[in-house]
Amino acid sequence: MIDGIAIYVLWLREMKRFLRAKSRIVGTLTLPLLFLAFLGFGFHNMAIPGMSKNVNYITFLVPGIIGMSMLFTSMFAGISVLWDREFGFLKEIMVAPVSRISIVLGRIAGGTTTATIQGILILLISLVIGFKIPGVMSLLLSVVFMVLISATFIGLGFIFASNMKDTQGFSMIINFVMFPLFFLSGALFPLQNLPLWIRYISYLDPLTYGVDGLRGILVGVSSFPIILDFVILAGSSLVMVLLGAYSFEKSDVV
Amino acid sequence: MFTIKVENLTKEFNGVRAVNSISFNVNDVELFGILGPNGAGKTTTINMLTTLLKPTSGYVEVAGYDISNNKDEVRRHIGVVFQEPSLDINLTGKENLEFHAMMYKMDKDEREKRIKEVLELVELTEKADVIVENYSGGMKRRLELARGFIHKPKVLFLDEPTLGLDTQTRRHIWDYIKKLNREGNVTIILTTHYMDEADYLCDRVAIIDNGQIVAMDTSDKLKDVLGGDIVSLEIKNDIDSLMNHLKDLKWIESMKKHNNNLNLTMERGEKRIPELISIAQRIGVDIDSVNLHKPSLEDVFLYFTGKTIREQDGNQRERNREIMRRRVKK
Repeated sequence: MIDGIAIYVLWLREMKRFLRAKSRIVGTLTLPLLFLAFLGFGFHNMAIPGMSKNVNYITFLVPGIIGMSMLFTSMFAGISVLWDREFGFLKEIMVAPVSRISIVLGRIAGGTTTATIQGILILLISLVIGFKIPGVMSLLLSVVFMVLISATFIGLGFIFASNMKDTQGFSMIINFVMFPLFFLSGALFPLQNLPLWIRYISYLDPLTYGVDGLRGILVGVSSFPIILDFVILAGSSLVMVLLGAYSFEKSDVV
Repeated sequence: MFTIKVENLTKEFNGVRAVNSISFNVNDVELFGILGPNGAGKTTTINMLTTLLKPTSGYVEVAGYDISNNKDEVRRHIGVVFQEPSLDINLTGKENLEFHAMMYKMDKDEREKRIKEVLELVELTEKADVIVENYSGGMKRRLELARGFIHKPKVLFLDEPTLGLDTQTRRHIWDYIKKLNREGNVTIILTTHYMDEADYLCDRVAIIDNGQIVAMDTSDKLKDVLGGDIVSLEIKNDIDSLMNHLKDLKWIESMKKHNNNLNLTMERGEKRIPELISIAQRIGVDIDSVNLHKPSLEDVFLYFTGKTIREQDGNQRERNREIMRRRVKK
């Protein structure tokens, strides 16, 4: 049922495409780095309520921007099934003697790898502007969180891609799904500053726990215990991957 | 022993029958053509036979496996070249083939050997490491043919293999298809709306219109239905006396006068023309011109459907229906 070779081949394809599209890497890094630079420097002397006194804003922001980058690249990776459909390559995959679940897992493996590479790149670039990683252990733990965030949102991307028939609804998803998920996650400011009812909504956003976990690991401040972040995020990634696989299975190829 | 068995295959989209209870069998190593205008149900049929679309009803066996209950086995034994391009244009030609070969579980040695073979077959060896984005339309098509064939399928499906290609490239693709069929021992099903393509390539042709098969045979036998060649003689004087002399000849199947023209139906018309002329000379009738018309699949299509394939292609209502069909499908 689960076909290791097929997963590997699909992963390999994603890597080749990723490494070949240098402009794509630059493009996807640009937005997070712009956010980081302009918000970080612009707000760094401001007193932001609810933030610990010994954490400056750039330090607070870095995990949030990593979370944002994971959200965007992962959703795009999930939705990229639509492009395969548009360019016809999906049919080539679908007539191959390979189970549907392996196709989903292959894409998730590829998307997770590329998203995580980008997350690590942002982390490394942020060292230049004064961010400090506490140690190797926290670096590894943060990678675990990145993988879970990525799997969650690739799964969500799959759900959308399977229910959309062309790429036209794409900007709707950016505006009505991705940005709200990003703003609700507490990536830019402490969630305590939001009105209570919005805060409750933000507790439904898996990215909230991703950003909080990354912040706990890399900066040492978090709203929830890191283990709670981990459990919720692991659960959400499992659910999203299964739902994504299910929707993909149900969707028409032609 | 049939390689493909199709019994009463039907596909409905929201109550509209795109494919309406068609049945046919394809022999081993046969080159079988499905000929029909756009929207006749050709691609829908191929999509069902290649497991991409679930039939509404009917039974289909491909390479000995039921397409409803044994999808994986069917997929293992078929190769498909879709109507629309289905290459990853960000990879090189060779990478596209490697991807495919690995998906079909070919081991490394066999993979490399086969990739080399099929690249030579379609003459793309030199372009193997070029990114597909930079290929011409004909090169992409050849690469897809090579890819569909790399894992030695029992059946190769080609959906409009030369659509949108120029005449010269089409000829080339035809030769590759023939070569694959003969040298590769592979059963081929192709759909087309080009008469000449079906005529030149296919051992047998099924003519499909509005989701139904209206005729099926070798293209020669289909043409025989029309009663052979038409020889038209243009005669100024005395058509009737020539007709009197001809009416007892057994090889003339029918005779019709039309103004100054005498239209005769017969087999192998080109052999009979000298004889006709000498009869006319003997009785002193002057023939001004002779015209020989060999029936084409176009005439056959007209005979069975009452319209030419081009008329139907240009029919706006048909086209709108096809668009609706696609929307519904999606």
